Amino acid sequence: MNAQTAFDKATDLKTVEKLVVIGNGMAGCRAVEEILARDPARYSVTIFGAEPRVNYNRIMLSPVLAGEKTFDDIVINSAEWYEANGIELISGDPVIHIDRELRQVVARSGRIESYDRLLIATGSDPFVIPVPGKDLPGVVTFRDLDDVDRMLHAAERGGSAVVIGGGLLGLEAAHGLSLRGMRVTVIHLMPTLMERQLDEAAGWLLKTELERRGQTILTEADTEAILEKDGHVAGVLLKDGREIPADLVVMAVGIRPNTGLAKSAHLECERGILVDDHMVTSDPAILAVGECVQHRGQCYGLVAPLWEMCRALADHLIDAPSGYEGSVTSTKLKVSGIEVFSAGDFSGGEGTEDIVMRDAARGVYKRVVLREDRLIGAVLYGDTADGNWYFDLLKKGEDVSDIRDALIFGQAYALGGALADPNAAVAALSDDAEICGCNGVSKGKVVATIRAGACSLAEVRSQCKASASCGSCTGLVESLLTLTLGDEVQQGAKTLCGCTSYTHDDVRRVIVERQLKAIPEVMQQLHWSTPDGCASCRPALNYYLLCAWPGEYVDDQKSRFVNERMHANIQKDGTYSVVPRMWGGITNPRELRAIADVVEKYDAPMVKVTGGQRLDIFGIKKEDLPAVWADLNAAGMVSGHAYGKSLRTVKTCVGSEWCRFGTQDSTGLGVKIERMTWGSWMPHKFKIAVSGCPRNCAEATIKDFGVVCVDSGYELHVGGNGGIKVRATDLLCKVATEEEALEHCAAFIQVYREQAHYLERTAPWIERVGLDHVKAQMFDDPDAVRRLAARFRYSQQFMQDDPWARRAAGERSDLHSHLGEVRPLTLETV
Amino acid sequence: MSPLWLDIGPVSQIEPGSARTLPVLGGEEIAVFRTTRGEVYALVNKCPHKQGPLSQGIVHGDSVTCPLHNYRISLRTGEALGDDEGCTPTIPLKVDAGRIFLLREAVLGRQAA
Repeated sequence: MNAQTAFDKATDLKTVEKLVVIGNGMAGCRAVEEILARDPARYSVTIFGAEPRVNYNRIMLSPVLAGEKTFDDIVINSAEWYEANGIELISGDPVIHIDRELRQVVARSGRIESYDRLLIATGSDPFVIPVPGKDLPGVVTFRDLDDVDRMLHAAERGGSAVVIGGGLLGLEAAHGLSLRGMRVTVIHLMPTLMERQLDEAAGWLLKTELERRGQTILTEADTEAILEKDGHVAGVLLKDGREIPADLVVMAVGIRPNTGLAKSAHLECERGILVDDHMVTSDPAILAVGECVQHRGQCYGLVAPLWEMCRALADHLIDAPSGYEGSVTSTKLKVSGIEVFSAGDFSGGEGTEDIVMRDAARGVYKRVVLREDRLIGAVLYGDTADGNWYFDLLKKGEDVSDIRDALIFGQAYALGGALADPNAAVAALSDDAEICGCNGVSKGKVVATIRAGACSLAEVRSQCKASASCGSCTGLVESLLTLTLGDEVQQGAKTLCGCTSYTHDDVRRVIVERQLKAIPEVMQQLHWSTPDGCASCRPALNYYLLCAWPGEYVDDQKSRFVNERMHANIQKDGTYSVVPRMWGGITNPRELRAIADVVEKYDAPMVKVTGGQRLDIFGIKKEDLPAVWADLNAAGMVSGHAYGKSLRTVKTCVGSEWCRFGTQDSTGLGVKIERMTWGSWMPHKFKIAVSGCPRNCAEATIKDFGVVCVDSGYELHVGGNGGIKVRATDLLCKVATEEEALEHCAAFIQVYREQAHYLERTAPWIERVGLDHVKAQMFDDPDAVRRLAARFRYSQQFMQDDPWARRAAGERSDLHSHLGEVRPLTLETV
Repeated sequence: MSPLWLDIGPVSQIEPGSARTLPVLGGEEIAVFRTTRGEVYALVNKCPHKQGPLSQGIVHGDSVTCPLHNYRISLRTGEALGDDEGCTPTIPLKVDAGRIFLLREAVLGRQAA
């Protein structure tokens, strides 16, 4: 049979050309299939494969690992296929050399094959991060069936696996190993899983679901080394010092085009082998296809572009060129029970418009991105039924302005003719249709409530409870308000920012009620309309979470204003000013010398006495801040938090210790109050003063919390402000002892911390809620002051940690250093 | 001959959602941003409004809010967003094998004369 075929080829040399394919993978075989489908007699085909087996569907390796499929299930072309089509398969013998002059390839065994046309389909290699221990037994990649066998073998013994890489491949490997009974930890360098395919919101949902399934997901985790014990892998060491034990380590950080053979044959390569629109390389006799190529600047790692490339290649090889124009790709994660889809460009930006829908109850997040009325990207989590429809719209590039309003609801809805208007869709619902699932409120009841006088969302919520719980039906209730009242709908309280329809109070309440403990979690549960918020809501959410979960919530530095990130005050020229704390405004020679030394050493152009009784050193460069702090720390001083939404300073007068009018030890009390309250984060800056007598030299009656000492005790004043709008304090109460003054100060601060809106000083807060409300919070229950103060003190144990000391010791040095410096003379970077 | 692109080191030295700076001797400092989605952009480190250091602002989506007066600047185009006006020059950039490259002539072209 073989001899006969060879004979046929030899006798028909004029028309039968010899095509040699390097690579028996999906691309190589698909290309051959496409050629055979067009002209089965045109080429005599020889395929070289590195793996000792027939062609199989590499993208189905994940289900094999997960035990959902067997190898036989994923074979694409069996031995019979090669035979029936007269294809010579040389497996397990990779090509090691291409001789372009002689038009020959040389295999490892020494075998030589001549070609008229050569097709390179060498695919890609897994990228192995160059860390110590990468070659240890037990460290595998996830690329071919041998890798899967190694993983299955390891899984049989159980134990722990670490997967490095939280992309598509890594998560599929993790899922498979988890189903095979291993304890799996995924280490991902980026903050978001699958960040190339998913935005932050969808990535967070995915992470939560995988964690629920028992995997440990470590994001922003950078691998330092792979650890060894007894000649086998034993764990992974992260750059932050954490060690994760592992019996198996899977490297799935990415792939890179396998261009070695092409490069050694001097074909033009960049990241991949360069090809034109007909998949021809820089040598007209040589073509390339699949993951090893670079076409119009793009390298692809997905399967769909491969099919399109193979079509163009085959058209070219039968002299009916069509041309490949690049691919728009979409991604689905192959993890059973988790639906994730993404396509196109969803990075947002200029001229693009996001439409976001979140359904917290169903765990659904959908986002489509439009530019000039055309769909350019989509991310779907939880419900991917419309993925293909969106992908289709995206590829066609059709104008979607007609269906824009209903686009996010999916195909059935958007193309439903009259239902294209969301309000019309709500109008079409029957009276007994359920609007609010949480509280079982029907459409008829909501409409009746509105007709009975509820003119705003807040009134509907309070009167019939619709949308008063999870809030996912807010949009429906708003539609009903519009349908029933037209323009008479009253806008509710101001929302936290443009990213949400919820108010500050709603957000704070929900964080506590539902125990939300991360910014992306709040954004998902409360249906944020932007993927990662804005400069208004991010700092607010960070504060609300910090306040609600002291000791538990990890501060998100990315959501902090520059001053709180740098622990100094930015000035108009980009330098910083530094204010060390002077407890109660008292200082000593050692501190003053240290400050003087800093001023000289770092060439600070100005030192100024502040209104808060301390010294402000101006003109410090961000690079010098850690060294400045180290010098000040050495003299016993800590951060003055002059930059923060936090306790600033406690201003005092000298009091009974020196002053002939003084009634109490105001400086002593001031120092005690400052020692108790320093370091606490607040909704806004917070100033305190203690005056030793009613002459009030410390100006306590324009502070957020002011103490005025009198003969019989201490008057406590709140809500003062000396800013744009001067407001004198209100008298909160009078107490007899220093201990009570301290306790009430702590309790008042805690009420403010727990109830005020972010960036609301005590003065406007008290004007908004009323002094009586504050008093009721503190005094209605005789135990309230004690409980509030206890909560404040509990929180303080986590807050009173000098940020300067940590920075001076080297923490976050990246915030204080340049990437390098460009020196034009030498044209070099450092 | 000097290469077209200036290698300024690995992407990983910039934490996602933040920026770092690159002073140019005798020229204008450049801010290199990395978004939470991992995209990298380079702009002159000056807000078009009052020259605030954009590198110190809060990064959200693909824009940054200036720390001085809250101008929102697009990292893609350097344009002020919303009702504000002005534009910060951008520096052409590419990422290759995990390293950031800035277009040399754009970096040096911003030197003071």
